[in-house]
Amino acid sequence: MEELKKLICISCPQGCTLEVTVEGKTVLKVDGESCKQGIEYAEQEITDPRRMIASTVQVKNGYHPLVPVYTKMPIPKNTIKNVLKELRKVELTAPVALGTVVIKNVLGTGIDVITSRDMPTRTAEQDHFLK
Amino acid sequence: MVLKNIYDVVVIGSGPGGLAAAVAAKKEGAEDVLVIERDMELGGILIQCIHNGFGVEIFKEDLPGPSYAQRFIKEVFSLGVEILLDTMVLDITPQRKIYASNKRLGFVEIEARSIVLAMGCRERSRPQIRIPGTRPVGVYTAGTAQRWVNVEGYMPGNRVVILGSGDIGMIMARRLTFEGAKVERVLEVMPYLTGLTRNYVQCLLDFDIQLQLRHTVKRVLGNNCVEAVEAVQVDEKWNPVPGSEEIIPCDTLLLSVGLIPENELSRKAGVKLDPITSGPYVDDNFQTNVPGIFAAGNVVHVYDLVDWVTEAGFQAGKCAAKYAIVTHRKESNYVPLIAGDNVRYIVPQKLDKRNLEENEIRLQMRVTQPIEQPVWIEVHDKENLVARKAERYVRPGEMVTVVLKQKNYKDVEKAENLTINIAPR
Repeated sequence: MEELKKLICISCPQGCTLEVTVEGKTVLKVDGESCKQGIEYAEQEITDPRRMIASTVQVKNGYHPLVPVYTKMPIPKNTIKNVLKELRKVELTAPVALGTVVIKNVLGTGIDVITSRDMPTRTAEQDHFLK
Repeated sequence: MVLKNIYDVVVIGSGPGGLAAAVAAKKEGAEDVLVIERDMELGGILIQCIHNGFGVEIFKEDLPGPSYAQRFIKEVFSLGVEILLDTMVLDITPQRKIYASNKRLGFVEIEARSIVLAMGCRERSRPQIRIPGTRPVGVYTAGTAQRWVNVEGYMPGNRVVILGSGDIGMIMARRLTFEGAKVERVLEVMPYLTGLTRNYVQCLLDFDIQLQLRHTVKRVLGNNCVEAVEAVQVDEKWNPVPGSEEIIPCDTLLLSVGLIPENELSRKAGVKLDPITSGPYVDDNFQTNVPGIFAAGNVVHVYDLVDWVTEAGFQAGKCAAKYAIVTHRKESNYVPLIAGDNVRYIVPQKLDKRNLEENEIRLQMRVTQPIEQPVWIEVHDKENLVARKAERYVRPGEMVTVVLKQKNYKDVEKAENLTINIAPR
């Protein structure tokens, strides 16, 4: 049975409202997009919705206690919770470089979680403040 | 580090606007460029914006905030820009003298041939929106919570209500959910979303977080810590609707109720501020009314996208370098830009006609009211239409851009002022 679904494209900040005609998980028609990303998004969102995820992991002896990380590519929406669980188990040791793989092929998604900045070691000055 | 007495360009602030200005100034040929930052590291607020969505315009890549910042941090170092961290600028004079204090160097006095103000903005806080009720622990701005959760590693609370549907608020709703908190509600006093629609989808809808438009916090409850907030619906005149009150138990109230450009230093330097944007009046080179003092980024007006802040920083840095090197600028030939129908403000507020002869000029504005249908954005010189652009809709939360091209020079040259109107097509 044909069904009309309203989606909001998240590919860019414009946020076009898409009207997608679907039958089961097959996209028949997309209306309302202003570029081809809209069509790709609708297709992806109906068949296999995915999101980019950003979080943090602990880092020992770092300038900050956490280093930010993100999934290199969007991961399936239904894996988000478990990916976050995996990240809670990780602890790195400073110094850490930007782009360091934190978890390779996380939960078999084929996607790596990597750091999004350098994290230098804590400074003597910081240690002084903690004393 | 040994400070010089005089610099070609001094940039105040090292967020995306400041870093871009320093890079552009150096590339334009300014020899001595100094960035002064009050934090212990460069990058400004990008450091705590760990979510992705940055760089789509500039790098054609979807980067997290820290990665976006690091590209520019690397560049300022490789270009030989001097950096002064952990330093508070206390005062700037119209003659471009800068007074600052630093733990190691003490009180410092620096002269600048030109200055780029890139202090960014500050969040509106509880006293500024006057929320009644008790004053317990647990009421924070969304950005404060963001810093704690993403950089410093602790949670503001477990049950959260967020007031305001700005981008930082929505992004924090998702982030706190990721870290195990329950976001009970997002309340927005306006009848429309104030942040980007895509954040509504990926931060609220995805996690079944309820958004209530035309709702606000009537009062905060709790003695030592927040115990609940009382939410209420408001009518068209922003008056509470009797009987619509609801007690929402929570331990944290986050405020995402707007950003205000941070211009204490600008004021001291004699820079005139636009009461609508709360930022300096600037021309198309991002020069303020004080010769040699430029301003870029969220210190001028609040942008939706960091990429546009970077663009503004590039332009301001380049022009600041030119000013520092040449200084002898001919008398400018300005045309004021006037906000017409459904336009709240335009940046720049005025443009130098002769610049349009050489370069295109980007005009950025916000609308007063949403129009959810195709519109024309028209630039008029009295009755004469100078340029126009179609948009599919306009919303107060999403900035509108119109580019004046070199071919428009002929029309602009004749104009005494230019008015921009936005109306349904």
